[in-house]
Amino acid sequence: MQRNAARSDLLFSGSDWNFRTLSRVYDEIAALAVEELHLDTYPVQMEIISSEQMLDAYSSVGMPLMYPHWSFGKHFLYQQLLYRKGGRGLAYELVINSDPCIVYLMEENTMALQALVTAHAALGHNHFFKNNYLFRQWTDAGAILGYLDFAKGYIANCEERHGADAVEAILDAAHALMEQGVFRYRRPPKLSSEKEREGIRERLEYEERSYNDLWRTLPRSKGGDGTGETDGGMAERKKSLNLPEENLLYFLEKNSLVLEPWQREILRIVRTIAQYFYPQRQTQVMNEGCATFVHYTLMNALFDRGRISEGAMLEILGNHSNVIFQPAFDDPRFSGINPYALGLAMMQDIQRISMEPTAEDRDWFPGIAGNGDWRETLLDAWANHRDESFIQQYLSPALIRKSRFFLLDDVAEKSHYEVASIHDERGYATIRSALARAYDIGASRPDVQIVDVDLLGERHLHLEHKVAGDVLLDEAACDATLRHIRTLWGYKVSLAGIDAKTGAKVYERSINQT
Amino acid sequence: MPIFIDRRLNPKDKSLGNRQRFLRRAREELKRDIRDQIRAGKISDVDAEHVVPMPAKGTSEPTFSSASDSGERQHVLPGNKHFVAGNQIPKPSKGGGVGGAGAGTRESQDDFRFVLSREEVLDLFFEDLELPDMVKLNLKEILAYKPRRAGFAPTGSPTNINVGRTMRNSHGRRIALRRPRREELEAIARELAALEAEPPSAATRQRITALREKLEEMERRRRLIAYVDPVDIRFNRFDPQPVPNASAVMFCLMDVSGSMGEREKDLAKRFFVLLHLFLKRRYDRIEIVFIRHTHEAHEVDEETFFYSMQSGGTVVSTALEKMRRIIEERYPSREWNIYAAQASDGDNFATDSERCITLLDGEIMRLCQYFAYIEIIDERESHIFGSTDNGTSLWRAYSAVNLRWPNFQMSRIARASDIYPVFRQLFTRQPALPASG
Repeated sequence: MQRNAARSDLLFSGSDWNFRTLSRVYDEIAALAVEELHLDTYPVQMEIISSEQMLDAYSSVGMPLMYPHWSFGKHFLYQQLLYRKGGRGLAYELVINSDPCIVYLMEENTMALQALVTAHAALGHNHFFKNNYLFRQWTDAGAILGYLDFAKGYIANCEERHGADAVEAILDAAHALMEQGVFRYRRPPKLSSEKEREGIRERLEYEERSYNDLWRTLPRSKGGDGTGETDGGMAERKKSLNLPEENLLYFLEKNSLVLEPWQREILRIVRTIAQYFYPQRQTQVMNEGCATFVHYTLMNALFDRGRISEGAMLEILGNHSNVIFQPAFDDPRFSGINPYALGLAMMQDIQRISMEPTAEDRDWFPGIAGNGDWRETLLDAWANHRDESFIQQYLSPALIRKSRFFLLDDVAEKSHYEVASIHDERGYATIRSALARAYDIGASRPDVQIVDVDLLGERHLHLEHKVAGDVLLDEAACDATLRHIRTLWGYKVSLAGIDAKTGAKVYERSINQT
Repeated sequence: MPIFIDRRLNPKDKSLGNRQRFLRRAREELKRDIRDQIRAGKISDVDAEHVVPMPAKGTSEPTFSSASDSGERQHVLPGNKHFVAGNQIPKPSKGGGVGGAGAGTRESQDDFRFVLSREEVLDLFFEDLELPDMVKLNLKEILAYKPRRAGFAPTGSPTNINVGRTMRNSHGRRIALRRPRREELEAIARELAALEAEPPSAATRQRITALREKLEEMERRRRLIAYVDPVDIRFNRFDPQPVPNASAVMFCLMDVSGSMGEREKDLAKRFFVLLHLFLKRRYDRIEIVFIRHTHEAHEVDEETFFYSMQSGGTVVSTALEKMRRIIEERYPSREWNIYAAQASDGDNFATDSERCITLLDGEIMRLCQYFAYIEIIDERESHIFGSTDNGTSLWRAYSAVNLRWPNFQMSRIARASDIYPVFRQLFTRQPALPASG
């Protein structure tokens, strides 16, 4: 270190990396991150992997451990195809929301790239995972790896005992409901793998013995008013089953009549993993924006202090601009809004607003304009927002003009799109709300809930789809999914589409046989 | 200081198990696809990687998803150039387009082609042929290689040093660099000793000093120029070469008269493919000759053989005659292992069967390693004919040949699983290296 410092201030030279340099660069960047940006991170575990291993990691949803399933094989084939064709480069890194935070680095990266990736993933994403309220409330970074290990072992065990086909059938059905397998509003209980494993047998035994409302064959109110089993009974039944229930997997796990204990446990595993990823899906723009902002700021700071050579900085900037490239809507390369670009632009905009606000900014953001402390403003935004609220709160007219955002109305029956708003005084607020809504997972996914169970009759399970804006479900996929629910529930399942505004029934589908 | 873990040496292919699960799930559809490809492709192409489309059935992962062709939506897009509020933009003719990015990627994810390895292709191909496992193994096995001497190399393992070549190099180098030989040194040493024995004089002293210097210089040279230097060393080079196998030619004979329909041709083709695979395992070089016949026989290319129709009667002996002539002209049996496979529905011109017997008995069976005749019959007929010897005239005629020649095989085939037993005999005999001539 001293020898090196004597020679020059550069952290590294040339494109080859080794573990000593990586470690030195990490220490330097981490110190800078605290000093410059006041970041607060989990300890870091860096793992060097080859490109094949990166492809492997892709196909198992990015996790280092995963139970086996054919769909991962299918995804692998797809990723491999893209990679072979050169259609898509591999990510330079992969980061896992765990404690310690695991960062995968590709061995093919040059040293400059490793430095960039260290700042991006090991500090940017890491800080976000540790501080954002969604992750703090909904995921347990310390336990996830232990839990996945448990899940993998448990499913392998089930395959041994009950056969791979039986396990596959349950997993297929559970995967189909993954989107409807999360609690959106109610906070899930913390998972703790050790206790989980200890308590698992106890819990299963208890559930087998425990009183289940569905098994009751005699009307409860037998003694008093024998005729009360109508509206009041229905309300009571719904209440006792916590209906309506948005988490389909949870409901089926707890209340299905045909599942065996191990099948319930598999549903629980799938549901837990879905819940773990739920915050990530709600914070794409913020997460990537935060990481990109951090690497951009830190790399420039290092360069300003003479710790990175001009050549390395050019390479870093080249990669940086590839990542934040946002083609216009009519460009053949356009494939939606680039979350890296949007996130970074908004965060740099916040920095500008709090340091050099214009009169317009003072109008729109009286709270932060010119407060002079962009660090605190950003830390606060990172900690307390998800994509939807972040955009709703911070997308400024200046940025809307700069990106030339416009809003299209798309009515399926019409042969034209209509431009609803553009970047002008009348359009800012509309565009901002519309963009925010586009990132609201709850609004953009079909809202399907379990509303009633016909307990005394044929155990008919009623689902309800709140049809918003006349957007119906894809019929083939819907029927296939209902068949999966039928498998898990064991009796007739039907889905009614109810218009969210009028409450009128739009359609009804039901599945009686698997 | 972060924790570092170097995972590069960990096993790759972590997802291989998932790939196998996926293939198993899509097995039926992949099998059909491979079969279609084999039906449409060349016989010799079976033994290679195949690109197949993603099977649609059994591999979809349904979820509740919005139908892209209903309802009202809003899209926020970047890069407005000249639109103002109220403008109308015609929708692109096909779905997707401006706002449908989400739906678009989903579709393409399920609609792509991927590569099946040679082993996977053969697995799928073999499946309904019902081959015994041992045979499958035999077919899938890669040729054995044997190291053969192939010149010299400057690198290699010590056991392969070629001493002669090394010493020759060393000798040349010593001459070129004028390394003093031991005899020269000894001569000077002797002269020095002689001079030192003489009474000293100015002249001898001078001579002794000169000789000493020379001796010293020569010794230094000898030390500097090694006797054998690493640059001299040569190793025997070995090249892996496939174990020498003789060449084989495979004759495919088929009746293409009107009575041979699509089903018959398809079964025949699978039979030919299998024979080709068997032969390919055993021979380095293999040629295929296609002879089709109606009332006259022609040598044709593979395309014509399987796909073009011809009308006419059926005279089998013309094909045998043609085959005999081709053997005579191009494939002398001293140099070639000759295999023949004939597929027919059993029809033959009334008196022609006798002539077939004569041709086979007289010449062809002596030339052939193996002659397989398959008669493709209707599935409904299979239990009538079963194992009985009565049948078409060709069948009866060939039965006689079958008795006389052990390398003759005949069978009736009604479905794909009947094909393999035809080969059983070929494998039980298992000739080590077919004796030629």
